[in-house]
Amino acid sequence: MGISHLAILGAHPDVEVVGVCDNSKMMIDAIEKYSSFPCFTDHKKMLDTAKPDAVLVAVPTRFHASMVNELLDRNIHVFAEKPFVLKPEEGQPLVDKAKQKGLVNQVGYHNKFLGTFREVKKIVESGLLGDIYHFHGQAYGPVVTKPKSDTWRSSPEEGGGCLMDYASHVIDLINYLLSPVSGARGSELKSIFSKQVDDAVYSTLVLSNGVSGNLSVNWSDETYRKMTTSITINGTTGKLISDANELKVFFHSNNTPAGYSKGWNIKYLTDLTPTVDYYLRGEEYSAQLDYFIKAVQGKGPNALNTFESALQTDKAISFIRQAQK
Amino acid sequence: MDRILFGDNQFFAVNHISDDKSMAQSMKFKEDSAIIRTLDYAINAGVDTFMCTTHDRIANICEYVRQHPDHYKNFKIFPCMPYAHKYANAMTELGIAGTIKQYVPGNVFGSFFKGGVAFLSKDYLSIMELLIDAEMKMFKGVNTPVIFLQNVMTDMLLGMGMKEVLVAFHQYVQKKYNAEAGFITMNMPKLVEFFEGTPVKNPIICASINKVGFRMSGGKELYEHTLKTKQFRAIAMQVLAGGAVPPKEALEYVCSLPNIESILFGASSKTNIEETVSLIHKFDGVAKS
Repeated sequence: MGISHLAILGAHPDVEVVGVCDNSKMMIDAIEKYSSFPCFTDHKKMLDTAKPDAVLVAVPTRFHASMVNELLDRNIHVFAEKPFVLKPEEGQPLVDKAKQKGLVNQVGYHNKFLGTFREVKKIVESGLLGDIYHFHGQAYGPVVTKPKSDTWRSSPEEGGGCLMDYASHVIDLINYLLSPVSGARGSELKSIFSKQVDDAVYSTLVLSNGVSGNLSVNWSDETYRKMTTSITINGTTGKLISDANELKVFFHSNNTPAGYSKGWNIKYLTDLTPTVDYYLRGEEYSAQLDYFIKAVQGKGPNALNTFESALQTDKAISFIRQAQK
Repeated sequence: MDRILFGDNQFFAVNHISDDKSMAQSMKFKEDSAIIRTLDYAINAGVDTFMCTTHDRIANICEYVRQHPDHYKNFKIFPCMPYAHKYANAMTELGIAGTIKQYVPGNVFGSFFKGGVAFLSKDYLSIMELLIDAEMKMFKGVNTPVIFLQNVMTDMLLGMGMKEVLVAFHQYVQKKYNAEAGFITMNMPKLVEFFEGTPVKNPIICASINKVGFRMSGGKELYEHTLKTKQFRAIAMQVLAGGAVPPKEALEYVCSLPNIESILFGASSKTNIEETVSLIHKFDGVAKS
């Protein structure tokens, strides 16, 4: 992910990339050789030399807490990759520090920058689905489809596994669209091909507004070409099914949001997602960085994907772990 | 390049709009014979160029083409590399060195001379050449006059300002394969500007171009302006914007733009292929043969 972020930032007219740091010699040598970015292998040295206004942190999750803390101490705005921290107790001091120092803080849950999921949020907030009584959040994809050699993603101590890496996106979406997860009633974390981490997570979640639903995430499902995240929401007067590309919503009566009617309605990403200035792998990746950059410039809010909201997702991850049999 | 190029998304479950459709396509094109049958529909409709990613299954299609030289004597393939998911998955799993080890032919760390030396001396462009060779292996004996770099790669290099690498791709495919380089991008205006002043003159650039501005970074007006004012050979893809524009309206728009050399489209059924081809001819003012 780091390289994609770098390319997006490199193409951004309002950003000057003053330093790139990676501990992979191979990677940093290539960047040094073919780009004009100043390169480092020691992040402290980079911060001392480059004196950045903002830093994007895309390192294994276990390093997030200490690095983010150091950046905040240096009064630097931070965009961190997801999940936010490995242990929720590490997160609160960072939330507090960023707030107290007035620093922009954002975490890379990019689904919120997709037009489809934003539209879902609007529909949910309109109340026109009636009383929401159930949801089903899922993500499937072909990450680990055979027994394979270990990397940090396959080590539970480093933030690897389907729950941390894949399911966190769905949990964060549920938190955002409905209400923060406040507990889990029974979870199954299954290792399918991995030796040390979970490849699939199935759990019954309870939200702080009392609604319950299911989480079903599997990154060892090769029938999906790439990660596919979707959510179904059942209400007393409507039902909604949405993934990144397609939003399908059924309304029981003519009491619908503007632009919708009784029965099934289908909307596509193409209708709902604004064009970005530079595209790499999805509009949402550029849009989330645009949002961060605007906040750093003081031209926009820092309300989506704050450390605080990402910490709620980390907490939900612990609830899910605790609810294993 | 031919005016109409046939794409491969439908064969490999790539659908920008619906995950259900994507899975249905994956079922429909499970057998290679289904792909070949559909390619033949395109050929019968007068479309002789197949633009496809270097997916493993394309090797089987190339084998079929080699076995039927008479039937495919005018047939051309425009390979698009790399097949990104293959490498992305490998990078996650094996890291950079491991990925190179897996995909560079021979053993880079051992007896295979060019690879070994390239790897140790961090001669990245030689590593890239080896990876291109690995991807091109399946096309041996098939006519491949244009070889494309996929958009993820083009755009990543563009974002990082790595001009030298894009130029090296262009030069290598010309030298080794006597082919022209093509670049797929989601950032056409930026890429056109990027190539200005480099040895890549009049580049072949394939980009989303459609009536609703879908995946046209920087906006539709900027694209139209670039087409009018810059010199490059444009291929329009995603002309239907994933289905957001009805075919007639979509093709009428694209055919009305200046400087578009080719139109790339994909379809699964004989009817849709024939309809698309005849609409392009109609809007180009060519009488139906």
